[in-house]
Amino acid sequence: MTKQQANWSPYDNNGGSCVAIAGADYCVIAADTRMSTGYSILTREYSKICKLADKSVMASSGFQADVKALQKHLAARHLIYQHQHNKQMSCPAMAQLLSNTLYYKRFFPYYAFNVLGGLDSEGKGCVYTYDAVGSYERVGYSAQGSGSTLIMPFLDNQLKSPSPLLLPAQDAVTPLSELEAVDLVKTVFASATERDIYTGDKLEIVILNADGIRHEYMELRKD
Amino acid sequence: MKLDTSGLESAAPLFGVTSELVDGFSSAPSFELPVTTDFDGFQKEAIQMVKPARGTTTLAFIFKEGVMVAADSRASMGGYISSQSVKKIIEINPYMLGTMAGGAADCQFWHRNLGIKCRLHELANKRRISVTGASKLLANILYSYRGMGLSVGTMIAGWDETGPGLYYVDSEGGRLKGTRFSVGSGSPYAYGVLDSGYRYDLSIEEAAELARRAIYHATFRDGASGGVASVYYVGPNGWKKLSGDDVGELHYKYYPVMPSTVEQEMVEVAGA
Repeated sequence: MTKQQANWSPYDNNGGSCVAIAGADYCVIAADTRMSTGYSILTREYSKICKLADKSVMASSGFQADVKALQKHLAARHLIYQHQHNKQMSCPAMAQLLSNTLYYKRFFPYYAFNVLGGLDSEGKGCVYTYDAVGSYERVGYSAQGSGSTLIMPFLDNQLKSPSPLLLPAQDAVTPLSELEAVDLVKTVFASATERDIYTGDKLEIVILNADGIRHEYMELRKD
Repeated sequence: MKLDTSGLESAAPLFGVTSELVDGFSSAPSFELPVTTDFDGFQKEAIQMVKPARGTTTLAFIFKEGVMVAADSRASMGGYISSQSVKKIIEINPYMLGTMAGGAADCQFWHRNLGIKCRLHELANKRRISVTGASKLLANILYSYRGMGLSVGTMIAGWDETGPGLYYVDSEGGRLKGTRFSVGSGSPYAYGVLDSGYRYDLSIEEAAELARRAIYHATFRDGASGGVASVYYVGPNGWKKLSGDDVGELHYKYYPVMPSTVEQEMVEVAGA
C-alpha cells in the first residue's frame, strides 16, 4: 500500500507587489493593498508595510501570515534592543537582524519577500532587498512580489546606476528628487496593475526623510 | 540527528536578565524544523517554491606571489536575475577571503559565522587562525548539516604563517586543499581558460588578467553568471581588491568591433 502523502500545504501566496527607492536624503517605500488567495480577493485594504523603527520601514509580499509573524518577531527584538541600548536600531542593523531572522527559519522558511527601506546613520536613503531565506544586499532600489518581474526592468531602465563592485568606484546616488521618486512609484504601480492580476486596488506610499515619516495613498484599478 | 548549533549561539544576555520575555530570544537560537514525516520532500518543495537566490562562477589559484581570487556577481532566482551586484567574495578578515557559490543566504550566513569564530579564536589564542583551521571550522559545521539541503560551494583563501593557503569546502562535507579551483555553474568554462593559461611563476598583473579572462569567458557562456568580474589578490600583507569590471565592457575590450568596409551603400531614393 503506497504511503499517503499530505495534501495540505502550510503555505499560501497572498500576492501583491512592493517597491522601495533610496535617494540622497530620503527613502520611498510603497506597496499595493490587495490581499488575494488563488483567484479570490480577500480584502482590498490590507497594508503590507510595517514601521520597524524610526528609520526603518519594511514592505513584504508573499504569505501574509508569515509576514505578520515576522513583523511581530522583529518588533519584539527591536523593543528588547531599545531596553538594552537606550536607542533605536539603525537601518543597517535592522537589515542584518532581518537577514538572520529569516535564516534561522532556513529549514521551514518564512514565505515572505521583503524590501527594507530607511535612512542610514548619515541620513542617506538606503534600501535592502532580500530573498526568502535571508540573503540580502544594499541597493539603490528594489521591487519584490508578484509584480516584481514587471516593475524591476522599468526601474533598471530609469534608475540603473554603476555597480558598487566596479573598481575604480563610481558614484551610485539615485539622481531623482523626492517628488520625482514618488511620481515614479505611482507610475510603476499603475503599469504593474495593468498586467498583474494580484496587484491593484490601492497604493500605499511611505516617505522617510529628515523631517520624519509621511504617508500617501493613490487609487489603483480594482479589476 | 544532533545538530551542531554552537555556530548559532548568540552572546550571553546582558545584565544576566532571565525574564520571561528575554528568554525566548536570547537563549541559543536553534533551527526550527518542520514537523513532517517527509523532511526531504518538504525541503524540495519549499526550495522550489521559495526559489532562494543562487550564485555562480568563482575561482581561486595559488601562484608564486600569493593567491588570486575572482568571481562574477549575478544571482538568479529560478530564471529571473535577482541581482547583478552580489558580493561573492566575502572578506572574512583582513588576510582571508571566502567565495560564494550555491545558495546566497547559506554562503552569506555561514561565512559571517566563520568570521565570528575566527575572531573568537584570535581573542582566545592571541594569534590569527590559520587557513587550515578556518576551513576546518566551516567544513565541520557544514558536515553536521549534511543532507538537509544546504547548498554551499566555497573556497577559503588566505595568507597565514605557512604562506598562501587555499581550501575548497562544500555543503556535502567535502574539504580539499589545492592550488587551483573553480566553483559554480560557470566553472567548466572558467577551468578551460584557467588551466590553459596557468603557470606558477605568473606576475601579479598576469595572474589578475588570467583570472579576469576566465570569469569573463564563464559569464559569456553560462546564463547564470554575469554582472561584474571582481578580482582580489591575497599577499603577505593581506588581501587587496585589484579590479571590478563590467563583463559587458570586457567583451568589447577583448573583442572590439571592427568597422567593416562598406562595398555598396544604400542611398535613400527621392519620393516617387
